Amino acid sequence: MDDVTVHSWDAGKAALPAWSLPKDAVDRIALPAQWPEQVTREWALGGATGKAIRVCILDSGVDDTHPAVGELESAVAISVGENEEVIAEEDTEGDVSGHGTACAGIVRRLAPESQISSVRVLGPGFTGSGNVLLGGLRYAIEQGFDVINMSLSTTKKPFAGILHELADNAYFKRTVLVASAHNMPVESYPWRFSSVISVGSHEEPDPLDYFYNPSPPVEFFGRGVNVEVPWLGGRILTVSGNSFATPHMSSICALILSKHPELTPFQLKSVLYLTATNVGGGK
Amino acid sequence: MTDKPDLRAAVAAGVVGSEESFRSLLAAIVEVARSIFGAKASSILLLDDETNELVFEAVVGEGEDSLLGTSFPAGTGIAGWVLATRTPLVIEDVRDDPRFARDVAEDTGYVPKGLMAAPLLHEEGALGVLSVLDRPEQTLFSLQEMELLGLFANQAAIAVDLLLKARKAQGILTAGGGDLEVVARLATAVDALEDEQREAGLKLLNHLARTLGS
Repeated sequence: MDDVTVHSWDAGKAALPAWSLPKDAVDRIALPAQWPEQVTREWALGGATGKAIRVCILDSGVDDTHPAVGELESAVAISVGENEEVIAEEDTEGDVSGHGTACAGIVRRLAPESQISSVRVLGPGFTGSGNVLLGGLRYAIEQGFDVINMSLSTTKKPFAGILHELADNAYFKRTVLVASAHNMPVESYPWRFSSVISVGSHEEPDPLDYFYNPSPPVEFFGRGVNVEVPWLGGRILTVSGNSFATPHMSSICALILSKHPELTPFQLKSVLYLTATNVGGGK
Repeated sequence: MTDKPDLRAAVAAGVVGSEESFRSLLAAIVEVARSIFGAKASSILLLDDETNELVFEAVVGEGEDSLLGTSFPAGTGIAGWVLATRTPLVIEDVRDDPRFARDVAEDTGYVPKGLMAAPLLHEEGALGVLSVLDRPEQTLFSLQEMELLGLFANQAAIAVDLLLKARKAQGILTAGGGDLEVVARLATAVDALEDEQREAGLKLLNHLARTLGS
């Protein structure tokens, strides 16, 4: 078996992992010298539209009839069957709260040519369970989305282990999991895992401003205060919270990936760091 | 259930404080929250696990005369969303938000324009929701306010936890048909003693425990 090709720059999402680097493989994984001397925001996302990047909104569903959201690539509702099997069915309910529509609207506004999908993990009456959340995330990772926006978290510790495993799987499959940090000082998941891009809020009005946090676990701050968003019934509301900072960072990830589709989650995170407003690459 | 936890509950009911005192604490929290934010109203909703409803346990400002003790299904309204997702939410112009429990609001004759809500988190669960309605319209929401809201919610969660424990202890005491009342009275009495009298009281209890073979 030629286990070297999986190291190559073009290694696709289906590539198997390799555990070592034989001497004769060193030249073959040489990366193209295409990184500029200084990674700037202009290099990272200037002129980008998110084209062809598949963004999944893992939330309460998305109302695709809202003019600020528009057509979805797909919409499924997740449930768990009698035998604990995960069921993904075409979503006919739409959004049960407005929250998912708000997130999708932010992505549509900032990365207009991205392909947005909805994976609904909450039912009417806001019912849901940890198992549905896990099932939804597993489903989304299997679909190979480029970016999964997760403005939800769970405080249930028993789910932490499986969520951690799923977050790592996404990371290795080149799916970027962007997760909302909890607004309150509680333990919740998956945003605390280092394989995800965790997001808190800043108050600046520029939607493309983002800050690196040198004091983790929250790694980045996106715009999350007084944000206009689409809501149910064609409405526009002004909302605040990390829930809405997260799709800002998801959009920025989509923009960067649409311009540099070769980036792995590790490299993308590095670019986010270098181009963060408080680091200097944003100038 | 064995007698042991019942007796412990009886002792707890005697010493942890009355439901009234914890309700007063909740009322004080919403009063301070309303005052600090300059809001028109503030409330604490408590989740009733048996009925899956949110019950108004403390209300100050608009609606305080009519809302206290009333309830609505936990799967509705912004409070329901905040409870389900365990995440604070700040929304301006909630009259345009279909999640807003309009019927609840209209019952009081008061429909707020803006709402901040935070879950009352305790350990892995959410006990209820703290809401602050209608901050001053001319001010934009800030992260500092979000942090403050979280602090109030944390304080309210501790008070609600104590309230629930007091209710549970009182419930067990009541279910005991009065047999355990004497234990609660004894605990209350010893707890109220001071200095030498307290020392003597505890000594007496120790003697009693030894006599009973404990």
